[in-house]
Amino acid sequence: MNVVDWIVLLATIVGIAAYGAWRTRQVRSLNTYLRGNASTGWGTIGLSVMATQASAITYLSIPGQGFESGIGFVQNYFGLPLALIIVCAVFLPMYRRLNVYTAYQFLGERFDEKTRLLGAGLFLLQRGLAAGVTIYAPAIIVSTVLGWPLDPVIVATGLLVIVYTVTGGSEAVALTHRWQMAVIAAGMLTAVTVLIVRLPDGLHFTGSVAAAGALGKLHAVDFSLDPSRRYTVWTGLFGGLFLSLSYFGTDQSQVQRYIGGPSLREGRLGLMFNAVLKIPMQFVILMVGALLFVFYQFTPHPVFFNQAEWRRHAQDSRFRAIEAEHAQALAQSQSAIHAWVQARASDDARREATARAAMVAASDRARAVRAEARAALLAADPRAKVKDSDYVFITFIVTQLPHGAIGLLLAVMFAAALSSKASELSALGTTATIDFWRHFRPLAAADEARNMRVARRFTALWGIFAVAFALFAGFAENLIEAINILGSIFYGVLLGLFLVAFFLRRVGGSAVFFAAIAAQTLVIVMYFSLNIGYLWYNLIGCTACVVLSLALQTILPRHAGGRAS
Amino acid sequence: MTPAPRPEGPPEAESPNVPGFDTWRAVYLFVFGWFVLIVVLLTVFTAMFA
Repeated sequence: MNVVDWIVLLATIVGIAAYGAWRTRQVRSLNTYLRGNASTGWGTIGLSVMATQASAITYLSIPGQGFESGIGFVQNYFGLPLALIIVCAVFLPMYRRLNVYTAYQFLGERFDEKTRLLGAGLFLLQRGLAAGVTIYAPAIIVSTVLGWPLDPVIVATGLLVIVYTVTGGSEAVALTHRWQMAVIAAGMLTAVTVLIVRLPDGLHFTGSVAAAGALGKLHAVDFSLDPSRRYTVWTGLFGGLFLSLSYFGTDQSQVQRYIGGPSLREGRLGLMFNAVLKIPMQFVILMVGALLFVFYQFTPHPVFFNQAEWRRHAQDSRFRAIEAEHAQALAQSQSAIHAWVQARASDDARREATARAAMVAASDRARAVRAEARAALLAADPRAKVKDSDYVFITFIVTQLPHGAIGLLLAVMFAAALSSKASELSALGTTATIDFWRHFRPLAAADEARNMRVARRFTALWGIFAVAFALFAGFAENLIEAINILGSIFYGVLLGLFLVAFFLRRVGGSAVFFAAIAAQTLVIVMYFSLNIGYLWYNLIGCTACVVLSLALQTILPRHAGGRAS
Repeated sequence: MTPAPRPEGPPEAESPNVPGFDTWRAVYLFVFGWFVLIVVLLTVFTAMFA
């Protein structure tokens, strides 16, 4: 980082935040504060939905995923376009017709107040706890690589997002999202261009793609029915549909992005914009990782990309031996790739197959050395952080990009962190105000100025809570995974509540309320007593909520819950 | 201060106002078709390179 990088980084990040706060400084209408400007077009809504979903960890981790495991992760997004079509056709028209501020108001309209509070409570619990992680996760990576102290990064990021989100509410969030996405697009385009330009001579882009394919990084789709395989078309279609429906249909941080705008059309087109672009976008980001893999076959790189962690533990001669072994394995892999390129050009299928086998074997050897390095780290310290794929792309950025571009790419990471954080804070503040504060202060609902003040205070409080949580997170080892588990535990039941509301008209409020409580209890008991993948709890929670609602409705009187029919 | 329901017509009656698309059903079919095309292209890509 030099002065040019600092200027680019601060000018873009602070500039966008200041612009958002200044442009929305005179927001006085509660409707604008909570739902955004009534004239917001579909393009802004679409970009805002995209910016909310893609956090900094998306741009840090997904290239690392492509580097480590190939591009098969793209299948995880296969359910997303289908879920967005369902949200457009079913969820959004209902939210618009009832003119709600939050998705949970719909539960109150459809069922009763207790069910609304339950839905809003589940959202606040899971999203509130996750709020700290969206600041902590990118901050720990960036500060580790650049050697910056972690706590000031967390506090500075948190304060910046709190200022403009509290000032302008949902309007500021949508406004800044547009510019943050522009920075992200420009930065990623720069990184891809530099990567392609720096691919080794004699290999170029097409040869590098072919090499990545031959090395097993381009297996985009897998139709296997083997349940032990992590990413297949089927897990992507069914699991992805389920998760996307929960996220886009019932999570207020997303619902708030698309319920505004002058008409139903704007929200729908904004969502369809995402349905069309999301898979191609993720494919490109994963391809960056696959090409980085080829790039690093020809460029000296550390055996373990999280160098701070490596230097902390790798003190004795055993680690020096691993480093030497890695350098040797890389040299062999490099010459094997060159040999394969020549064999490929010779049009001799047999020679090409032999060279390909040698190349794969050399690459496997380098991979084995990296695994050995991780094992050595764990042997030195069982609490060592051995997942280094998140550090691959940021290492490329700080070591290979020219000055100015480094600042721009760091701005990408911070823009992504701020954009997803802003949506979360705005959603948490809105839900706390509309679904809880107003419930307990019904007489204050008519006082718009007071509602605004309260919404601002809740947004600020959630921001301070997120920063405090992120600062604390540094002491916990597996917090990020713990938060993901927490999300899976609560998301399923939340989706179940909405599916019953939309599709099972004969079920009333009391039936669905007690079914949701029972389903949530079941999921929690199963979590503590079974050893199954935590993503399954989404399906279990939702199914249990729906089935129990139907069963309870046959027992409970028809009028229980009030609005069943 | 809970806003009144919006006087919007039936959601499917509203025109998407997108050139080439008269109904939302057509928009959804297009997006679904695009998704199928992407999966087919990724399958071809896998067959070519993996």
